Amino acid sequence: MNYHPFIIPFSAGAIFLFAVVIYKFVKWFRNLDRKQMYFVNKNIFSFKTIEAIGETFREALIHRNIYKKNPLLGYMHMSLAFGWFLLIAVGKTESSFYAGTFFEEPWLAIFFKYFAKEQHSYFMAAEFSFIMDLLLLIVLSGVALALFKRVRSNFLGMKKATKHSKFDRIALASLWWIFPLRLLAESTTAAVAGNGNFLTGTVGNWLSGLPVEAIELPMWWAYSFSLCAFFVSLPFSRYMHIPTEVALIFLRKWGATAGEQYSGMTDLQLNSCSRCGICIDSCQLNFAADINHVQSVYFIRDTRYKKLTDEVANNCLMCGRCVEACPVGLELTVIRQQLRNKAEIPGKHYFEYNKAEESKNKTDVIYFAGCMTHLTPSIIISMKKIFNEAGERFWFMDEDKGLCCGRPMRQQGFVQQSKDLISKNMRLIASSGAKMMVTSCPICYKSFTEEYVLDIPVMHHTEYIKMLMDKKRINVKKSDLNMVYHDPCELGRGSGIFEQPRDVLRQTGNLRVSEFEKENALCCGGSLSNTVIELDTQIKIRNHALEVLTESKPDVLATACPLCKKSFVHGNKAKVMDIAEIVADCLNLQSEKNEKKSVNKKESIEFI
Amino acid sequence: MIIGGGPAGLEAAYNIAINGYKVTILEKDNEIGGNIKKWVKLFPDFGDAAEIRKAFADKVNKGNIEIQTGVEISELYSENEKWFAKNGNNVIYSADAALLATGFEAFDARRKEELGYGIYDNVITSVDFEEMYKTGKILTAQGTVPKRIAFLNCVGSRDEKVGNHYCSRVCCINAVKQATEFKELVPDAEAYCFYMDMRMAGQFYEELYRKSQEKYNVNYIRGRISEAAATFDKRIQIKSEDTLTGLPMKMTVDILVLMVGIESSASTTELSRQNGINGEYGFAKSLGLYISDNLTKKAGLFLAGSCKRPLTLPETVADSRAASVQILNYLKLN
Repeated sequence: MNYHPFIIPFSAGAIFLFAVVIYKFVKWFRNLDRKQMYFVNKNIFSFKTIEAIGETFREALIHRNIYKKNPLLGYMHMSLAFGWFLLIAVGKTESSFYAGTFFEEPWLAIFFKYFAKEQHSYFMAAEFSFIMDLLLLIVLSGVALALFKRVRSNFLGMKKATKHSKFDRIALASLWWIFPLRLLAESTTAAVAGNGNFLTGTVGNWLSGLPVEAIELPMWWAYSFSLCAFFVSLPFSRYMHIPTEVALIFLRKWGATAGEQYSGMTDLQLNSCSRCGICIDSCQLNFAADINHVQSVYFIRDTRYKKLTDEVANNCLMCGRCVEACPVGLELTVIRQQLRNKAEIPGKHYFEYNKAEESKNKTDVIYFAGCMTHLTPSIIISMKKIFNEAGERFWFMDEDKGLCCGRPMRQQGFVQQSKDLISKNMRLIASSGAKMMVTSCPICYKSFTEEYVLDIPVMHHTEYIKMLMDKKRINVKKSDLNMVYHDPCELGRGSGIFEQPRDVLRQTGNLRVSEFEKENALCCGGSLSNTVIELDTQIKIRNHALEVLTESKPDVLATACPLCKKSFVHGNKAKVMDIAEIVADCLNLQSEKNEKKSVNKKESIEFI
Repeated sequence: MIIGGGPAGLEAAYNIAINGYKVTILEKDNEIGGNIKKWVKLFPDFGDAAEIRKAFADKVNKGNIEIQTGVEISELYSENEKWFAKNGNNVIYSADAALLATGFEAFDARRKEELGYGIYDNVITSVDFEEMYKTGKILTAQGTVPKRIAFLNCVGSRDEKVGNHYCSRVCCINAVKQATEFKELVPDAEAYCFYMDMRMAGQFYEELYRKSQEKYNVNYIRGRISEAAATFDKRIQIKSEDTLTGLPMKMTVDILVLMVGIESSASTTELSRQNGINGEYGFAKSLGLYISDNLTKKAGLFLAGSCKRPLTLPETVADSRAASVQILNYLKLN
């Protein structure tokens, strides 16, 4: 038997690792919620499983997503992950050929060079020797890059590297030692036996001046111990992401997503974070306000180790830029929301005054301005003008300002209160007989589309205006204004509405591009989600965004969210207009030509 | 060379010229007088603004003073101990010393959109009120006599959101003055004044405040207005909180007057920035508050009036005289 006591640390570490990982996986899978289990059962024996295998290969081994963002960083991850994987796979094949059976000692592949010291002739021995040296070299180049990244993170295109915990440092140090030690162990053996390929052979030659026979065994022992240290620390360090990410890819392919409440899926995502720190660079709190301890990487880490403070959980704009940047595709804002859902205050019922459960207004379209839009009345006036021009019969649902979509309460963690309010609103909406709902506020829009069960379509006014223009129900003349469009977080990244507002703006003026657009758009700083930062910090974020957006000195900074509008107006740097206002200004009024054609007389009286 | 033909500039011009120096006033408007041009009566004793303006004009209507109106200075700089000012058409004026007296501008109430200025016709500013008062009548946009009017203080002052943390100092007493004027014109109407604090720290201010309540029955409510909206008949519905009783309130008024605060004028901000004397909120920064408040860190460049901070008219005139002395000393010693 190919045996030497130095395999014991490695074997013990590996057994420990498998036991812990299996224990954790079982625990998390049992904590999946109903909906997640439903998807697992539904899709586990479907084509999706094969797709998941493909994605595992692309993301967990080749790291295509990191490659796309940063090739050098991608190479670093690929050389370590895929390189090591191949080292194991090819090594296993080689040792099987050598032993002549697939069931050789499990550790043989790991310490192969030691046990196969004497020249042996097995199938493709020379080729294997070359490939194994090449793979080791590739992995070592990854380790070298990783070391260099620690010292100079900006070399690899990262402005800020993650600050790591103690366990991470142990795991990281042992990971760095594994491959240099393997090289030294294999090289000393090569020197003793007088063989080795281009890498181990060459290094072996350099070492031949030393008493190689005396240091050979200590090197193999050290190699085995470094593997053991890595395996033992892995489940408690960020390297847990290696096995967990694979499980996450499968679950995601089957259709499971993080729900409203903390579940096994949350644990899986927490453990899938590799703490690469890409989210730090994308965070405006970091680059515009110099707050460096609340980013998703730290939030996820603190949650995983049960050290999360309220301050970290709530100090986030929920703009979603990190979700866009995350190479693992974690549902970072959803998880943060789960951790905020705690303040269940019993006995306190809001909106009790909202007695209206039946709408007396039978209508075609419901207009819901939203509380923030009531603070920017020019948007409401413009929308009324547009409705009237299109001859739309509409009911201004929250004209009396008493209603709320429910989202702000929910974002602060008052989930039950928010649900009560939502069910009241749903009855009100259903009883109006409307065929469509239009809102001016992206926050309300997201609430209506995601948290309500409605059998009528909900549109943000950008979509609605676009539809009216496409159907020629309103006509606009193009102005000569130069405009830059700011994507509101909840409308753009949050709801995927990027093109409709741009189409509308192209027909009403000259749309210019800005540096941060669409998925990469900045937050205006006025986010309601952050209950920690004070106004001066919000102003820093707003001023930075305003600086970027007005770089081309546009006549108008266009947006489609009352909150963004208010933030930017207070910055006092450019003329800020909502899309509805721009369109209302550019209308070719039909109603002026043939007066009093208006379909709904009642509405035209209300028109201010 | 004096940039700005308002009270500060005119008063300094007179004092320097009378001492035998040649003075040039560069005024961006077509007429001198600055912000008092917009006013009818002045607090606290209802002094006639036109008369005071005429007194200033008479003072500078003398030999040594050259008045250039319609000249907006875009650049101010010094070379070899001489000061140069350039206007948009690249005409250059030069002098041995320069006085920045570029004053203030009223806050643009459109930046508080929730108050509806520029959106609803019956929301006006304190400046618009004066304009209307010139006609001798205060009427709604529909031409009717208002039955109820509300004044809102601190619009653009003491407001973190718009970035102005400071108190503009003149709006409280101006609201008392305008409410009194309104009640004199329309005695049967109701007048409400919404405030955070009534800051009546000036001679006769407190007396006027008291008189407005006792004689004119002006109601003062401690609370800010959070939003305004138009009703079907184009009146203005306001939402506020009476913070003394702790109750929210809704009220419909015929006219809402926004007491706009004092902000640094565009020229003040730009010219002080060019010379590295830009202070907070865009105002110009003097060398020191106590004994060198008219000096700047640039030799030969002086400051007078509300280009430094919000000041009342008497304070501006006093400050301008102080600046005149500093300039005369400078000219004598150099």
